[in-house]
Amino acid sequence: MNLLTATFYDISTAVKAKKISAVEVTNFFLTRAEKLNPTLNAFTHFNKNAVIDAQKIDAEIIAGKNLGPLAGVVFGIKDMLCTKGMPTTAGSKILQGFIPPCDATVVARLKNAGAIIIGKLNQDEFAMGSSNETSYYGNCKNPWNIDYVPGGSSGGSASAQSARLTMGTIGTDTGGSIRQPSSFCGIVGIKPTYGRVSRYGIIAYASSLDQAGPMTSTVTDAALALEVICGVDEHDSTTSNKSVDLFSKNLTTNIKGLKIGLIKEFMAGQSDADVEKVFSSALETLKKMGAEIVEVSIPLTEFAVPMYYLISASEASSNLARYDGVKYGYRSEFQNLSSLALDDFYGQTRAEGFGPEVQRRIMLGTYCLSAGFVDAYYNKACQVRRLLKNQYIEAFKKCDVIFSPVTTTPAFKIGEKSEDPLKMYLNDIFTTSTNLAGLAGMSVPFGLSSKNLPIGVQLTSAPFQEQKILNVALALESVSPVEGKTPNVY
Amino acid sequence: MSIDQNKINNEVVTEIQNHFIRGYEAVIGIEVHVQLKTKSKIFCSDSTHFDAADNENTSPVSVGMPGTLPVLNRQVVKMAIKTGLALGCKIQEKSVFARKNYFYPDLSKGYQISQFNQPTCEHGKVYFYVGNSKKIVSITRAHLEEDAGKSTHFGQYTLINYNRAGIPLLEIVSGPDLRSAIEAAEYAKTIRNIVQYLDVCDGNLEEGSLRCDCNVSVRKIGAPKLGTRVEIKNLNSFRFIEKAVDYEIERQIDTLDSGGQIFQETRLYDPDKNRTVVMRTKEDDDDYRYFSDPDLLPLLLRPSDIEKMRAQLPELPLEKLERFKNQFSLPQADCEILTSDRNLADYFESAGKISNNYKSAANWVMGELLRELHQNKIEILKSPIKSEHLAELIQMIDQNKISGKIAKVVFSEMWLTSKTANTIVSEKGYTQVSDSKAIEQIIDAVLLENPTQIADYKSGKTKVFGFFVGAIMKQSKGQANPDIVNKILKQRLESK
Repeated sequence: MNLLTATFYDISTAVKAKKISAVEVTNFFLTRAEKLNPTLNAFTHFNKNAVIDAQKIDAEIIAGKNLGPLAGVVFGIKDMLCTKGMPTTAGSKILQGFIPPCDATVVARLKNAGAIIIGKLNQDEFAMGSSNETSYYGNCKNPWNIDYVPGGSSGGSASAQSARLTMGTIGTDTGGSIRQPSSFCGIVGIKPTYGRVSRYGIIAYASSLDQAGPMTSTVTDAALALEVICGVDEHDSTTSNKSVDLFSKNLTTNIKGLKIGLIKEFMAGQSDADVEKVFSSALETLKKMGAEIVEVSIPLTEFAVPMYYLISASEASSNLARYDGVKYGYRSEFQNLSSLALDDFYGQTRAEGFGPEVQRRIMLGTYCLSAGFVDAYYNKACQVRRLLKNQYIEAFKKCDVIFSPVTTTPAFKIGEKSEDPLKMYLNDIFTTSTNLAGLAGMSVPFGLSSKNLPIGVQLTSAPFQEQKILNVALALESVSPVEGKTPNVY
Repeated sequence: MSIDQNKINNEVVTEIQNHFIRGYEAVIGIEVHVQLKTKSKIFCSDSTHFDAADNENTSPVSVGMPGTLPVLNRQVVKMAIKTGLALGCKIQEKSVFARKNYFYPDLSKGYQISQFNQPTCEHGKVYFYVGNSKKIVSITRAHLEEDAGKSTHFGQYTLINYNRAGIPLLEIVSGPDLRSAIEAAEYAKTIRNIVQYLDVCDGNLEEGSLRCDCNVSVRKIGAPKLGTRVEIKNLNSFRFIEKAVDYEIERQIDTLDSGGQIFQETRLYDPDKNRTVVMRTKEDDDDYRYFSDPDLLPLLLRPSDIEKMRAQLPELPLEKLERFKNQFSLPQADCEILTSDRNLADYFESAGKISNNYKSAANWVMGELLRELHQNKIEILKSPIKSEHLAELIQMIDQNKISGKIAKVVFSEMWLTSKTANTIVSEKGYTQVSDSKAIEQIIDAVLLENPTQIADYKSGKTKVFGFFVGAIMKQSKGQANPDIVNKILKQRLESK
């Protein structure tokens, strides 16, 4: 069995049939990850107990216990998700040394389904970034070309999965943080509908936008992992009690008659030639497969990026207030604590603990929520957000799935945009609307640039219609021009 | 408020006139923080029990660990609705939890979850008596929030106990309708009485389960605009409310009369020195940057559920007071005492009903029973004498089985032994003697021993009648029925 190409289903079936042990699978990926990680810097932490966890799975199989659909499947987890007994930093110095007392619901559900967690993955600090360059733990590299960023904020998840250091990874997506790095690294990534996946135990960046999702090599794997992590959670009152479809069982490449919407406002040549080319070829493919193409208009997407930055920064300024150096994580060293004013204690700890991008957003958000400004900024953005959602609801009356690029360009070079925050923010132009409107979105690879960098295309559905985008993604994957192509670091 | 409250609404209400002090009028509004009596906290399942060791009642949620989320406690909502209804509020079908952002070590998340511009209860009214006048105070709102932890300062260290973090609070905000310190204290008592009746709060001010902040301002009589208000925080007894407000009114008037200016500020009351001192001025007031908490969905309530709860409301203190007055013809002051505690009122009513003598039941409850309860610091629910046993005692008096005097002795023994009146009376042989023959024998014996006094009586000194009664009662160990003694003694003396 080729572990690098085996699907979740292949592995769990083989492990359950004792054709291969969970320990063997775990050791294979651990060895590979430890060997390639110095090049990629995708992992921030390796789970020392991974093999012990795998032994338990094997023992349960021998004991005849009926295990879940991810038995023996090896996962890496973005460092935004709490893992019991394993450091969780959110890519920040301020959470250095923090070991959570419990697992995030997503992690608990993966483990419950038999998955083995081999470690924690690099990311932009508190998920604020599109290149993984804001991580306190160093740049993560794109396996297709290590001079390039893997995207962000789930850069470590994308990089590790792209180089097959894992069988699957979990990322989080607040404004594109699963889809953009998936596109940059040539993997499949899905951001579920807001409320599909529990946020309990996920370090909050922007609570009304955050959502975790799987990042995998195939659409089928994504569907299966999504099935496992979805569903109502009593610890998160924003989760929906809608029943969870068996996404992996319902998958089909038959998209005949399906209505694919193109957003009129996205068309004015915003993307570079490579992206346009991949997008057009994917569109042609969909037409050939019998999909019907319709044009939809969502004028407010023009304001999606500013809306996103106002709302996410505002929520972040409040969510990040708890990192004060009092109970856990980083605390500045003080010579004379007794003569120190409380505000100075907070000030110095936070000034040292948060990186520049995080500080920028905390200040931006604090300003947007301040008396005298809240109506003009935060409240206004929330109002426009509701209108944007309405425009999407209208659009989805005309189509099943909205089709668009993920980003305007393929991965860029490390350092290329890090000096210019506004340029960096425009990376999110095609992705933030999905979060603002609470939709489901995914990225599926469909080509390579002239510089041999992956390019994905984006599929978006109305809330709770993940099956539709998974089906379209599967259809595209079945004829993918990048099938069998591997990155340089592999 | 409930149907009965509407009835009160239509009555002619006598506003207390003239609270003017030295040419000024005081304007007072009160915020009462009511700690709701739930088993678990407002946003997680931590216990709320009061005796826990430091930081025992905590969990990742209440100490604000990264990634944790709040989940609203259903019981908290029910209690808020109940209280809102009892305060005559409109219960909002949609209310929203917001984040109030500020930094302090005992605030574990860096923000407090609190209802801000969409509270669950709004626009209510409460009524109470000050003397014989009925006072109406408007309730602006009652909103839910979580409590913060508790900081204790030890020299250069501060220790934090998060047991209190996440305890549910309902903050009841009155309109600026109070005009004197006495009214302020009476208002606070009324709120306590209501929440105790509803069984949503234990009402213990010392333990902090009820905390009062008073907003006080003064203005020249007739001035249309309100004066600058000063907030006095954390008053933990009704007496302190009265004293602090009184002090603050005088202080403000002194300041204004000497040409000074009142600043909007928060003050603390120092009971030892009986004065208020500045805690913080408006300039240091934080901008709390309120916004809806994205972790909690809006709270949506069905009107049918609200109506169901309205129908289940118990009789409220003032309704009970009016009923006692009318139904049992008891004086206002007695009714106020009897309804000051729901359990006491229930006790009284039960004893009255069983004995069929409400007047006597009221006297026993307010006299002997309350005295013993206070002296021994026992709550009415734990009284060693149950209401049915007090009723039995009252019945024995009414049926002439024992005298009122003996009854007090029996009551004391009931208190000590928890035995019933019947048992005690029969064990000790306290039964009143109403048998004429037995009484005649005693009377004859007494008369025989006191010929001089008989002569006195004959000569018109009828005062010695009392002497004979005393001697007879003594002889009978107090058990002779006094009515019968009087009757027979009179006959005997007349016939001598």
